[in-house]
Amino acid sequence: MKRVLVLGATSAIAEATARLHALRGGALFLVARNPARLKAVADDLAVRGAGRVEAFVADLNDLSHHAELLAAAETALGGPPDVALLAYGSLGTAVVLDRDPDAAVDVLNTNLVSPVALLTLVAARLEKVGRGTIVGISSVAGDRGRGGNAVYGASKAGFTAFLSGLRARLWRGGVHVLTVKPGQVDTPMTAHMTKSRLFATPGLVARGILAAVDRQADVVYLPWFWRPILAAVRALPERIFKQLRI
Amino acid sequence: MERGQRRLESWGRQVAAETEVRDLHWREADPFAGLTGSALPYGLGRSYGDSCLNQGGALLTTRGLDRFASFDAEAGVLRCEAGVSLEELIELTLPRGWFPRVVPGTKLVTVGGAVANDVHGKNHHRAGSFGCHVRALELVRSDGSRRVCSREQHPELFAATVGGLGLTGVVTWVELQLRQVEGPYLAAETVALRDLDHYFQLSVESDARFEYTVAWVDCFARGRRVGRGILHRANHSDRPEVHPGPARGRRSVPFDLPAATLNRLTVSAFNLAYHRRHRRRAPRLEHLDRFFFPLDGVAHWNRIYGKRGLLQLQCVVPPEAAPEAVRELLERVARSGQGSFLAVLKSFGDVPSPGLLSFPRKGVTLALDFAHRGERTVELLRELYAVARQAGGAFYPAKDAVMSVEDFEASFPHLAEFERHLDPGCSSSFWRRVRAGRPWQPSLPLIPSPENTP
Ligand SMILES: Cc1cc2nc3c(=O)[nH]c(=O)nc-3n(C[C@H](O)[C@H](O)[C@H](O)COP(=O)(O)OP(=O)(O)OC[C@H]3O[C@@H](n4cnc5c(N)ncnc54)[C@H](O)[C@@H]3O)c2cc1C
Ligand SMILES: NC(=O)c1ccc[n+]([C@@H]2O[C@H](COP(=O)([O-])OP(=O)(O)OC[C@H]3O[C@@H](n4cnc5c(N)ncnc54)[C@H](OP(=O)(O)O)[C@@H]3O)[C@@H](O)[C@H]2O)c1
Repeated sequence: MKRVLVLGATSAIAEATARLHALRGGALFLVARNPARLKAVADDLAVRGAGRVEAFVADLNDLSHHAELLAAAETALGGPPDVALLAYGSLGTAVVLDRDPDAAVDVLNTNLVSPVALLTLVAARLEKVGRGTIVGISSVAGDRGRGGNAVYGASKAGFTAFLSGLRARLWRGGVHVLTVKPGQVDTPMTAHMTKSRLFATPGLVARGILAAVDRQADVVYLPWFWRPILAAVRALPERIFKQLRI
Repeated sequence: MERGQRRLESWGRQVAAETEVRDLHWREADPFAGLTGSALPYGLGRSYGDSCLNQGGALLTTRGLDRFASFDAEAGVLRCEAGVSLEELIELTLPRGWFPRVVPGTKLVTVGGAVANDVHGKNHHRAGSFGCHVRALELVRSDGSRRVCSREQHPELFAATVGGLGLTGVVTWVELQLRQVEGPYLAAETVALRDLDHYFQLSVESDARFEYTVAWVDCFARGRRVGRGILHRANHSDRPEVHPGPARGRRSVPFDLPAATLNRLTVSAFNLAYHRRHRRRAPRLEHLDRFFFPLDGVAHWNRIYGKRGLLQLQCVVPPEAAPEAVRELLERVARSGQGSFLAVLKSFGDVPSPGLLSFPRKGVTLALDFAHRGERTVELLRELYAVARQAGGAFYPAKDAVMSVEDFEASFPHLAEFERHLDPGCSSSFWRRVRAGRPWQPSLPLIPSPENTP
């Protein structure tokens, strides 16, 4: 039975991924901050066939919970996780972020500070046993900072860089790190956006994540077509890029 | 749970302009928070007319409420959120030996939609309507109240919500009693029907011996041949699954076909071929997907009707009036030359439906659909409505685009009682159409209930 730790289990992408693990009979330890939502997700996964489901309520921006929740996860799962999926994140509201430094710091805390702190502890536990996969959900937005949402882009760029460094540090010791870069996904995070054809469903992204874990990929763009799009975006000279209203 | 711009249509391809769309994701959240105008839940949009649309107001999409809450595989009791589709439900329960007691002709409907239209299946003569097997549901109203409704708790609100067309509030979860099955197969037979008398005679005999019965009739047959068609009948088979996993892929109609492709000739040819193919068929094992959901194999099949879409009509006429009325309806369709792709005939039994606005009731039901060819199609429909009403018939809101205020009132004798339970924050394009000039006052005070759900 695969042991799976889900950090930010009420995220739509995390939930879709957890459903696939449940179908495979995995044991799941779920962490999220909203108790009613977390219970709804946990009950569903149990009905769908998860071998075991435990739920833990915590605001992950409160770093003081981190050590405790990882210890609880190991106890409940009967060992360190085979897969640790970090999915929580916050998009913020661009117009607010442009003016309000506190809002900007909030986004950085949620997308970068807290994940770095938490994964540092996860890494230490996995290193000890010399196996396991850390999956971090970053974003294509981290590949280049856009005028449309500079703070979010910066937080994800930082997270991407952290994951890549973590991978380089851990792989020799048998611990694998996967960076997931979704494009646009139809989830509550993007509810306010008009949905173009480029939008993917959480289910599609979840299947991509599982496949990437299975084949031990390092970095995966989901869906795949974002890789060439972002290659082109990165290749644009800054002089031109700054003129684009994106 | 936010707003966004999207165009949602009904299965008959009607579109309501200026609708705000809000996706619901969490059953604990208030679906109405911050809304100023009227709102209507929207499931999978498999209703044909405008009963799932709300022009100028908001649509609350429920597909994000797709979680299971509990499943007792001993008793066959399932509790799930209202946006779970019957397809997802069956995928979960069938391998464990359970199946919904009642399914409509497509599994691409939500549980909430099935409740709100109190849908019926091919076994109405045995099982009654979908609502008969709903043990409880949670209803959230625009005043922020939340109630668990069942036959014991808030029974009036339960009766108003089953078949309540989404007008009594948002159903967040439903608890269903399922039925046990041995596997995914049916022992099915098809019998050729010579004419309408043959149908009436065979249907009595078949209903006694078979759990599922339904007839497809040729709408171009005239005179003595009216009612020519085929009768499908089946019982669950005890044969277990042979090839596990989905048997077939899904085809799709990728674009709008012009209405001209659906002329009289193609429809006749289809009906004839269908009739031939099924004339002599020995009993056989049929996968339940094929038997119950034959059209689900072709995604977006409604597109073959072209951009203008299709108009449906489904009525039920009392048993005594049925032979004459059904003949008259079929004759008129044949004479008009505006053939219906699907003409479905089924006898409803006398299991009472639980909803104040439930459509199923004892009698014979006929469902027809027509490519929308503008005013002449609407006129034909009005003519057919008049015939059915004359015979004491009632009409199905899920399959209606032209029902008048009077037709609606004649169809639902408990309408006044139902209106007492309307949520003032809910409305639909359909509701405003069939209640035009009949302003209502909610006579029940809306008080937030202290109760909360487990
Ligand atoms: C091919 C085909 C075959 C069909 N066969 C049959 C049949 O055999 N028998 C039959 O009875 N019907 C049949 N139908 C009609 C269909 O079963 C109903 O229209 C069904 O209600 C559609 O469900 P939906 O999830 O698409 O709901 P929608 O069409 O989106 O909505 C239907 C109604 O339910 C309300 N609603 C949806 N969710 C909720 C909720 N959570 N809370 C409160 N209200 C809600 C909506 O407001 C609306 O009034 C068929 C339709 C098709 C396309
Ligand atoms: N959707 C996209 O287009 C897209 C694209 C690229 C990358 N991503 C990334 O994918 C990940 C998942 O997002 P999603 O699309 O699935 O959105 P989502 O459904 O809105 O999920 C975001 C989740 O983060 C949780 N969260 C936020 N702050 C938290 C905190 N302090 N402690 C605990 N949980 C917290 C939220 O919990 P609550 O429910 O309690 O608020 C919510 O469950 C995010 O990292 C996002 O940046 C998304």
